Amino acid sequence: MKARGEKIAQRILLVIALSAISSLILIALFIFKEGTPVMLRMGLRKFLFSREWDPQAGLFGIYPMIAASLWVTLGAMLIGAPLGIAGAIFLNEFVPKTVLRIVKPAIELLAGIPSVVYGFIGVMVLAPLIRDHLGGPGLSILAAAIILGVMILPTVISISTDAIGAVPNSYREGALALGATRWQAVHMVILKAARSGIMASIILAMGRAIGDLKAARSGIMASIILAMGRAIGETMAVIMVAGNTVKLPHSVLDSARTLTATIAFEMASATGRHREALFAIGVVLFVIIMILNTCATVSLRGRTTRS
Amino acid sequence: MQKSISGIRAKMLTRLALVGCAVAVALCGCGRKSASITLAGSTAFQPFAEKLAEQYMAAHPEVGVTVQGGGSAVGIQSALSGAAQIGMADLLELPPEAQGLTSVIVARDGIALVVHPANPVTNLALAQAREIFAGTLSNWKDAGGADQPITVVSREAGSGTRSSFEKLIGVSKLSPDAIVQDSSGTIRETVINDQRAIGYLSHGLVNDKIKMLKVDDQECSTDKVIAGKYPLVRPIFLLTKGAPEGLAQAFIAYILSAEGQQCIHKNGLIPAK
Amino acid sequence: MNLLSPKWTQRIAIGVLGAATLATLLVLLFIIVFVLEKGLRTISWSFLFTNPQDMGRAGGIFPTLVGTLLLPLLALAVAVPLGVGTAVYLTEYTREGRLTRIIRFGTDCLAGIPSIIFGLFGFIFFVTILKMGWCLLAGGLTLAIMILPTIIRTTEEAIRAVPYSYREVSFSLGATRWATVVKVVLPNALPGIVTGVMLGIGRCIGETAAVIFTAGSALRLPHSVFDSVRTMSVHFYILAREGVSAENAYGTAAVLILSILLLNVTTYWLMHRFIGRRA
Repeated sequence: MKARGEKIAQRILLVIALSAISSLILIALFIFKEGTPVMLRMGLRKFLFSREWDPQAGLFGIYPMIAASLWVTLGAMLIGAPLGIAGAIFLNEFVPKTVLRIVKPAIELLAGIPSVVYGFIGVMVLAPLIRDHLGGPGLSILAAAIILGVMILPTVISISTDAIGAVPNSYREGALALGATRWQAVHMVILKAARSGIMASIILAMGRAIGDLKAARSGIMASIILAMGRAIGETMAVIMVAGNTVKLPHSVLDSARTLTATIAFEMASATGRHREALFAIGVVLFVIIMILNTCATVSLRGRTTRS
Repeated sequence: MQKSISGIRAKMLTRLALVGCAVAVALCGCGRKSASITLAGSTAFQPFAEKLAEQYMAAHPEVGVTVQGGGSAVGIQSALSGAAQIGMADLLELPPEAQGLTSVIVARDGIALVVHPANPVTNLALAQAREIFAGTLSNWKDAGGADQPITVVSREAGSGTRSSFEKLIGVSKLSPDAIVQDSSGTIRETVINDQRAIGYLSHGLVNDKIKMLKVDDQECSTDKVIAGKYPLVRPIFLLTKGAPEGLAQAFIAYILSAEGQQCIHKNGLIPAK
Repeated sequence: MNLLSPKWTQRIAIGVLGAATLATLLVLLFIIVFVLEKGLRTISWSFLFTNPQDMGRAGGIFPTLVGTLLLPLLALAVAVPLGVGTAVYLTEYTREGRLTRIIRFGTDCLAGIPSIIFGLFGFIFFVTILKMGWCLLAGGLTLAIMILPTIIRTTEEAIRAVPYSYREVSFSLGATRWATVVKVVLPNALPGIVTGVMLGIGRCIGETAAVIFTAGSALRLPHSVFDSVRTMSVHFYILAREGVSAENAYGTAAVLILSILLLNVTTYWLMHRFIGRRA
């Protein structure tokens, strides 16, 4: 009786445990099934690298959107990652722990603010500033990059703080005892130890580094990859501030439409090949996210085995 | 110990199962209880449909009328797929895929050209409008305004207002530099926030924060539209799969009734007559 | 090479880092103050608990408040059993191996998928193919898949934090594995699980892209799970973007921020209790 009950429990749990992976497979199958035919018919290279997107005319080149997504994401990383990591170091190393204990949850609160609120502030405050002082239509790549950069700050700070905090105190103390200044200790010991951790915190907000150095190393690296994933995947805030022009952008002041925005704009109304093309954009996004995740996983595993 | 634990387990499982069944029953039961329909499509007609739905539900509290945007293509698609009982489309003419649907014109609507109130331009020739939206005329000084670039604001591909507008002014390919927004309200907000912008939207959705332009010296007003003077006008269709029945039929009848048409008129659209 | 003494390097480093931190905090503070300053005066009992009129131009936000409560609830009703079950299986019922690695990798990937893809999937699968239409159920199921990884990860962490000796005691008393999980492991991991639930609720509340395409945006009280709902985030998006009413948009945003504040404070408090217990 007891053994049989256990077996049943184990079976049921196994089925449940497969729910996440089966959802993933279901979503992937769905998107690939609908999205790959159009890619194969057009030729992958033509789909990815031709510049004309005109669904009515049957032209589906997503190069402008790939470019827009990359510009916006890189811009967001340039703004969000240094500020976030600097903030994490400062809060961890140069400020009393009580301050950290108050500031960190406050910053984490900001991660929960809906992206549409950030987007709206971008439209009301940032876009007019850019238009009046730098030119262009205001609703632009720059505006989107800044808004996304600010949006990912809480994620980067929160995870990097965890990663840096996970570096054992003995490392710092050792460096300080050898006569290093606090900054030298940070620079030489902690940053090096936690570097991959900060990167990782950008990939895997969840993969929180707890306890030991190995985990901390994985942490900072992951935080960067996670933030990249968030920036590429963000939709609503980008729709609001990027202007959504379907054209290869030439400068950061140009308005542009990202991959995600295209799906959101056209998904409800698309039919036939147009719909397939939107699913194909989904495939591209999906592949990008899988690559980022694999990078994170592999880099974490590599580090762990080496040390 | 073992027995009691397995007993507890059994009890827990039974309880869980019961709760699950109860929830399932409740869900199914609820699903059937209220009569409700969904309208989806044209964002130009959406606010009016919402207002009509609000009035209709005030008179018939037992029913639910849900209004969803998405654009005219969504209206056609969701009527075809059954995601909505009634599709809304504002198009000059219905595309071939909508031929299988039953359509009824419930209103007509002028498409207003709008700019920021600070823009000195008050009138555009139809040809100028065409050049602006095609991207060949790109500075306001060539259209009688200040020396500053024109920001063209357009609806997304799939929008009925856009396809009607492009057909009416004769643009075959929209300027590639155009900013694209996915609803009439958003076009309005974008123009309100940008002195250099020009956009177009349903006449009924223009408010006092933006300025309407005359087209070929004709004002976009209800009278001019009815008189057939204002050139940019298109009909608004409601689409159903097969003849409308039940609540869908009742709601369409309400829209076409004197009361519904008056509501449409009062809010800036032109009644279907 | 070393033009600056270590002391000066340190001062400069502190200056730069401090400035960056300050800038970050000011920007984030600005956002909160901007929204609350414009939104707080709109909030009142009647704003929270009356129906909107004229499509949100006037009146309150009651239906969106209900939508914001129901949608995460439905998502949790699906995601919590699945997520906790998965975590229990991963930690208590199997050894680390290929299967657990695959499950973990799948969970990570699911966590990284952009919400618009969930929206795309939910719209085609639940709304169109399963013919649910835009409704609470379609939205809830879509969000459930979206928050599943969060629930799995936090629960797994919480379960791992339960000392092994607790289990040993339970086993030595003759309890089965299942009984140990239910009576010993899960109760001890509860605060951590609740944290995951809170995080999941937070994501649901803040989500717009996936919700608008699956749950729709009907501005009235739902009568069943087959009715469309509008959450506060979607309501804010529509009010703000379409320029329906700036005042009510800010009011809604302020309510959103306050609810997230409440949620975070609760989570933080629970987490501390949890950590306190472990120590």
